[in-house]
Amino acid sequence: MTGDTGLEEQVLERIERARRRKARVREEHITLAHGAGGKATHTLIEGVFLESFRNPALEPLEDGAVIDEMAFTTDSFVVTPLFFPGGDIGDLAVNGTINDLAMCGARPRYLSAGFILEEGFPIAHLRRIAASMAAAAEAAGVHIVTGDTKVVERGKADGCYVVTAGVGTLERPTRLSAAAAQPGDAVIVSGPIGEHGITIMLARGELDIQADLTSDTAPLNELTARLLDACADGDVRCLRDATRGGVATVLNEIAEASKAAIIVNEDIIPVRPDVRGACELLGIDPLYVACEGRMIAIVAQASAEAALTALHSHPLGREAAIVGRVNDDPPGLVLLKTAFGGTRIVDMLVGDPLPRIC
Amino acid sequence: MCLGIPGEIVEILNDHPDLAMVAVSGVRRAINIGLLENETVAPGDWILIHVGFALSKIDETEAKAALDFLESIGQAYDDEIAALRESMIEQG
Amino acid sequence: MRFVDEYRDADTARALAARITALCEPGRAYKFMEVCGGHTHTIYKHGLEDYLPQAVTLVHGPGCPVCVIPMGRVDDAIHIASQPDVIMTSFGDMMRVPGGTGSFLDAKARGADIRMVYSPLDALKIAKQNPSKRVVFMAIGFETTAPSTAMTVLRAKADGVDNFSVFCNHVTIIPAIKAILDSPDLRLDGFIGPGHVSTVIGCRPYRFIARDYRKPIVVAGFEPLDILQSVHQLLTQLAQDRCEVENQYARVVPWDGNPKALAAISEVMELRPHFEWRGLGFISQSALRMSAAYARHDAERIFRIPGGRVADPTSCQCGEVLKGVLKPWECKVFGTACTPETPIGTCMVSSEGACAAYYNFGRFSRERVKEATRQ
Repeated sequence: MTGDTGLEEQVLERIERARRRKARVREEHITLAHGAGGKATHTLIEGVFLESFRNPALEPLEDGAVIDEMAFTTDSFVVTPLFFPGGDIGDLAVNGTINDLAMCGARPRYLSAGFILEEGFPIAHLRRIAASMAAAAEAAGVHIVTGDTKVVERGKADGCYVVTAGVGTLERPTRLSAAAAQPGDAVIVSGPIGEHGITIMLARGELDIQADLTSDTAPLNELTARLLDACADGDVRCLRDATRGGVATVLNEIAEASKAAIIVNEDIIPVRPDVRGACELLGIDPLYVACEGRMIAIVAQASAEAALTALHSHPLGREAAIVGRVNDDPPGLVLLKTAFGGTRIVDMLVGDPLPRIC
Repeated sequence: MCLGIPGEIVEILNDHPDLAMVAVSGVRRAINIGLLENETVAPGDWILIHVGFALSKIDETEAKAALDFLESIGQAYDDEIAALRESMIEQG
Repeated sequence: MRFVDEYRDADTARALAARITALCEPGRAYKFMEVCGGHTHTIYKHGLEDYLPQAVTLVHGPGCPVCVIPMGRVDDAIHIASQPDVIMTSFGDMMRVPGGTGSFLDAKARGADIRMVYSPLDALKIAKQNPSKRVVFMAIGFETTAPSTAMTVLRAKADGVDNFSVFCNHVTIIPAIKAILDSPDLRLDGFIGPGHVSTVIGCRPYRFIARDYRKPIVVAGFEPLDILQSVHQLLTQLAQDRCEVENQYARVVPWDGNPKALAAISEVMELRPHFEWRGLGFISQSALRMSAAYARHDAERIFRIPGGRVADPTSCQCGEVLKGVLKPWECKVFGTACTPETPIGTCMVSSEGACAAYYNFGRFSRERVKEATRQ
């Protein structure tokens, strides 16, 4: 029995070594998995872009780069359908960019907006998208100050793509980083997860599933400001919005960067019944489903209660919860204590979350 | 190997042969009930859904019997633990 | 959720676990195979092994339909998908399964029109909406899924949807279980039977396992308490020196199965003389093909398929893992050459596969995980 266990440990170590190997893109073509936010995306970023562009501002691979007293980010939006319950590609683009800046601890200030339009795209739709972008920018107190427009031949794009950049000012001494989580820190999720991803999946109509769900797309800058104000300097270690790849992916990124374990409790993570129903039906784990207005905050234990109170004071954080904690061992790993009372490892997503029947 | 999910029939769709609207925790989908042999299903019945088809009607009596068994095991266990605690207190 | 949450209660699990431990004979080790990949998924998703005593090991069986599809069949499907005017449809599970020339996702990236569907009926709908296209449904799955394919073909025939066909890869569970039982190095004490297959075939077909091979089998549901209870029933049978077929999942599984579903299968499909299973090799009468009366909807007759055989890589020991002879980590290439991102063998392909499940959920020893999660 002991020999058996020793052998198993050796194999486990071998796997860990294999996992630490430098990322290498093995595929010859881009597949949809490269855009899903999981392992394939990370491999692509590290194996192609980081290799080519490597510099100190890029290297942390945070949601935005921090340069001098500024946060700088870019984002692109290719959602199908363009209009969906709870939003459209316009407010999604503005909110998404704002959130990337807010996750750096910055106050979002200025945005750019680029449009790649397909020949034949209705102007009325473009007006509608522009109007919702304007409304989202105003609501968050940012200005869209520059832009660009390109038109491609019919069939070369899917209606309308939006590309943004954003700058924000860093007005607090706290510097946030995915590598800053420390053993004992609290893991907070700002609200129910998975609504955006499931809403989009259902809005495509292919699954023929009906639900009263709307996207959670929202600007999180006010929420992060309240959170940072409520906690002692340095006590907020890291903020990440749980977009592609969902909460599971963000937690893995933090655990890996901080070389710490993150342990979360399944039954405390808020999931709305409709999201759960759709996930059960499709065989998808809500932990991997994208949100566009939810974030993960890693906060020092001393400030955890204050952080929670601050989040609860804002409509977007009313259902915020402390869902777990940071541990020193096993480093780089996310563990889930299941509602059933067991434990499992939550790995990073491999490819897109696909509905399964098996 | 085969994902099967319990759902509640909320409506029989009369204009479509063999279709029923089924709810799973708040989400709804039209499910084909053509595989249910001679079983009349009605709103309020629960079925097992697999790839858009109802494979069987869930037997409420059997479900209750199984749960009663599980609960009895839980109850017996609680009683034993309680008895164990008492005996330890007595010894203490 | 009703019929779900009541079977996930942690307090009952603790009580059941105590009963399970009490049933284990001191010094004896028990190995049970859960035949179905859905059970494997439940076991890992809920961390069920935390409740089992060390003496009880669960071996993950061959019941994962995408894992057992041989690479040659995936290549054939990609060949069909690459023909002019073809829309290939399949379940999400199939998209990442590698053949000799890549997966559906790769073929899609190279330009093939491959779409994911939730139900075969959705594939039929696509055929109706695209009358100028030839719509093929890549049918996979055990007897659970075959009736849905059959019903869809019957509907296609009734509605005269001639541009709809099925590339039939349905497999049957009993010959696979028999192949495992006939393996000379078998070391199993009993089976957790596949619940959802049994809604269709019922419990009778398993009787040979108890009668001829003297192994107990308990048909089980897919919630974690269902599986714990079935382990309890298996141990009870062994303690009482019984070998029987028991039905733990009676709320869903009728003893005689679903005659209408079986009738639909035999109307539309027939047994193949033999079929190759990844990892297990050729097994006779273990798969279904479309019968001649439905040739019009049979992709194998409509398209000229290469039918090439791609041998499993020699380094791969999936067969031994599927039979429970090797643990996933005992395979030579596990976790080094063979990982979920670059699977070599069947067991690493789908998240249900024994190796993928072990890799994703179990690569740190349970002791270390337990220590970390102790509050």
